[in-house]
Amino acid sequence: MSSKDTAPSIHIRRSPLGRARGLGAAKAGSHHWWVQRLSAVALLPLVLYFIVSVLMLKGADHAAMAAYMAEPWNTVLFIALIAALFSHLDQGMQVVLEDYIRTDSTRLTVLMLVKAVIALLALASLISVLKLAFS
Amino acid sequence: MAEFTLPANSKVGVGKTYKAPAGATRVKEFKVYRWNPDDGKNPVMDTYEVDLDKCGPMVLDAIIKIKNEIDASLTFRRSCREGICGSCAMNIDGTNTLACLKPIDEVKGEVRITPLPHMPVVKDLVPDLNQPYAQLRSIEPWLQAETAPPPDAERLQSKEERAELDGLWECILCFCCSTSCPSYWWNGDRYLGPAVLLQAYRWIADSRDEATGKRLDALEDPFKLYRCHTIMNCTQTCPKGLNPAKAIGKIKQLMLERQG
Repeated sequence: MSSKDTAPSIHIRRSPLGRARGLGAAKAGSHHWWVQRLSAVALLPLVLYFIVSVLMLKGADHAAMAAYMAEPWNTVLFIALIAALFSHLDQGMQVVLEDYIRTDSTRLTVLMLVKAVIALLALASLISVLKLAFS
Repeated sequence: MAEFTLPANSKVGVGKTYKAPAGATRVKEFKVYRWNPDDGKNPVMDTYEVDLDKCGPMVLDAIIKIKNEIDASLTFRRSCREGICGSCAMNIDGTNTLACLKPIDEVKGEVRITPLPHMPVVKDLVPDLNQPYAQLRSIEPWLQAETAPPPDAERLQSKEERAELDGLWECILCFCCSTSCPSYWWNGDRYLGPAVLLQAYRWIADSRDEATGKRLDALEDPFKLYRCHTIMNCTQTCPKGLNPAKAIGKIKQLMLERQG
């Protein structure tokens, strides 16, 4: 609650009303919130499809796996799953980190690191699907 | 980082015990948070034994009895003693509520009383509510209309229009909800909190108000509005049985409605 961890420091000198108004509304937030709900809804059928796929491929060898991925619908659905999953993860992690990390510099550093890891994981997943699909 | 433990000067110790007078017939223990800004000591929980046969039925009756008969230094806010002023909001038995509306016999065992959570304490059970009061002021909680009212009448509402305000106008601004909200604990300086957002929606929902767009603009912010993660503590704790989470949900719906 101390004001020292609330950057920018301009907040410290102000009256309670000045601090409550702060820097004003960012004029953003609804889009982030709505896209996160959209990806959550998309993930319901996509995760179900993923579980069914894993069960169907139980014990399959590499050739069978590649053949499955090469089916156009499977390629499309797996890429859709990767897009929805990692964008949902990215937005969710951003909200969690904004909730719990108060110092602006720490928050920015951790956000960048986490977003970089998520982006790399998404790209690795995408390339894996494409390599299987076009092998 | 968010604070998950109390800072060293806020750790709560064990305080004094005030025994019930001899001949007390029905004794109940009240453990009350005590902190005095003037003595430089950490807060403690004092124990007061109260004879329920010589006490009113509500928790507020008990703490008034404690102040009158046992320990005059106990400090708390109270006024109307009938759930309409919101002064005696405090945490009783782990839940934020109004002491005047909380029957003592609803609490099993000892009655633990602490101030509203995560607010600076002024003394004992008195929290510093300057921040939520300023946040309320910041959403401009008054009717804003450019159209002049009829010269010979008030601004009228239909029964349906008036019904839109039900569940909103009853809020007495005790801030039980805001101080029960983890999002408000971690980011209360930027997140407006359920009480203030319910008030914001009260004016958005008012058929006589003409500043809806401006009001939504002022809330379009990842912190002021969107720190609400529908945790629902606000709705669970509200001593007036209101649903701030639903009001916040309606604000989010309107944000979407004006975009698409």
